[in-house]
Amino acid sequence: MRVTEPASVRWTLIAIAVLFLGLFLVLPLATVLLEAFRNGAGAYLAALREPEALAAVRLTLLAAGIAVPLNVVFGIAAAWAIAKFEFPGKQALMTLIDLPFSVSPVVAGLIYVLLFGRQGWLGPWLAAHDVTVIFAVPGIVLATLFVTVPFVARELIPVMQAQGTEEEEAARVLGAGGWQTFWRVTIPNIKWGLLYGVILCNARAMGEFGAVSVVSGHIRGRTTTIPLHVEILYNEYHTAAAFAVASLLALLALVTLIIKTFVEWKVQHEH
Amino acid sequence: MTADSSTRSTSPAADAGLRVAAPARARRRTILPGFGLTLAFTLAYLSLIVLIPLSATFVKASTLGWAQFWRVVTEPRSLASYRLSFGASFLGAAVNAVFGLVVAWVLVRYRFPGRRLLDALVDLPFALPTAVAGITLTTLCAPGGWVGRQLAPLGIKAAFSPLGVVIALTFIGLPFVVRTIQPVLQNLDAEIEEAAASLGASRWQTWRRVILPELWPALLTGIALAFARAVGEYGSVVFISGNMPMKTEITPLLIITKLDQYDYAGATAIGVFMLVVSFVLLLVINVLQWWSGRRAA
Repeated sequence: MRVTEPASVRWTLIAIAVLFLGLFLVLPLATVLLEAFRNGAGAYLAALREPEALAAVRLTLLAAGIAVPLNVVFGIAAAWAIAKFEFPGKQALMTLIDLPFSVSPVVAGLIYVLLFGRQGWLGPWLAAHDVTVIFAVPGIVLATLFVTVPFVARELIPVMQAQGTEEEEAARVLGAGGWQTFWRVTIPNIKWGLLYGVILCNARAMGEFGAVSVVSGHIRGRTTTIPLHVEILYNEYHTAAAFAVASLLALLALVTLIIKTFVEWKVQHEH
Repeated sequence: MTADSSTRSTSPAADAGLRVAAPARARRRTILPGFGLTLAFTLAYLSLIVLIPLSATFVKASTLGWAQFWRVVTEPRSLASYRLSFGASFLGAAVNAVFGLVVAWVLVRYRFPGRRLLDALVDLPFALPTAVAGITLTTLCAPGGWVGRQLAPLGIKAAFSPLGVVIALTFIGLPFVVRTIQPVLQNLDAEIEEAAASLGASRWQTWRRVILPELWPALLTGIALAFARAVGEYGSVVFISGNMPMKTEITPLLIITKLDQYDYAGATAIGVFMLVVSFVLLLVINVLQWWSGRRAA
């Protein structure tokens, strides 16, 4: 039996924790849904069916559809090199991978404006070749890529490190090829960590605001992602419509949390 | 960099034998393929997406000249934004240090109905897009909102004030503190507490003298992580802060304002200043994590 506190202390601490989480997490979550349906289900659906809302959904799906697979490939490659081999500078490489997490989203957008914008390094060259990156879809994809770089790698590195190299080595000794070893041995071992990384990466890709806001230019129906569309609606006092569209993102967050909880439960039960 | 893969033997069995013969060698030969390929891809990808754009920003800033850079970075409006950004981030992290510690403790040590649900919800600020958090907290804290209405009679202005910024940054930082303390609490050896109790220490003494010292590195790491995230945070703050220059304007917003006015030099200077701050914080966090790792080992 573990030593513990008197019941009065226990329940006071539980009450403080529940109140704090209720105020900071449950209340905002409930508010999104309540505000979204403030003008009824009809207005809710109308806000989602608007052409600009649909265009925002399409652009968000496109940006995430490009950023997530690329960062999955990167994450697997980086985790393979870091977890399965020894080489000098490994710690520095891991810090570099985490770097986008410590950069402000606004600065992430800024660095691409300075590179590809009209005043930027490549601006004149891009203009001469009639390519627009900033205030256009490519800029939004790049900004999304930048902020989501670490997610998959970060989940996979510890999982692969814990797994070690024995199983893969055994497969090789038994005559399996490199890809065969990867698909039949490595992937089944890392599948839950991979799923976890993918859903976190996707949630951030679809919800990114600061970085995308800097490079988007807010051209309605063309360069507005879902979060930017929410911002425009909110700033124009279409509060219920803003919350209706925001509820899609809140739903995405809830699904992300549910999958995350499921994966954690699965990993615990497998061990 | 391809040394390992290029010296790889063509016969896996021979290599495996070699491994058995010399298992203690630090850089043993491996029979696994793909080292050169994956490392090259990792470095190329990171360079393209992260390192080259970041370096270009520093090069761009160096064309400004030191005098101009310093003038922009130390303008009264910039200084006011640092005071708000750093001050509010610190307060938010401090609130999370206290309540996050209580939350982590309660979630790890006690069993009560709804515990699993709350535990899962702690990650909400990670998963909820910042713009959604921003408009929601603003609606709650605005004078007509549910929280704003309770605070207005007390003369407290929760939205469009520095307090609003603190509220948003507390929301954003919450999971960092809870999630860094939780595993340390979970792995804490029950025996040391029992030993303290059997030697006659009161529960409070045990907590203060035995448990808290074990938690310090993780707590500080959590605070630093929450602070670092809050300093750069934009989406959840811009709606609730009111964005008045000199009063409620955070530093990331100042960058956007300068960009909107085509003041690229000014935006670059502030951006580089923020980058340097991020790198210093990253270094501090790495040192703290190394310290907690050593404590755990």
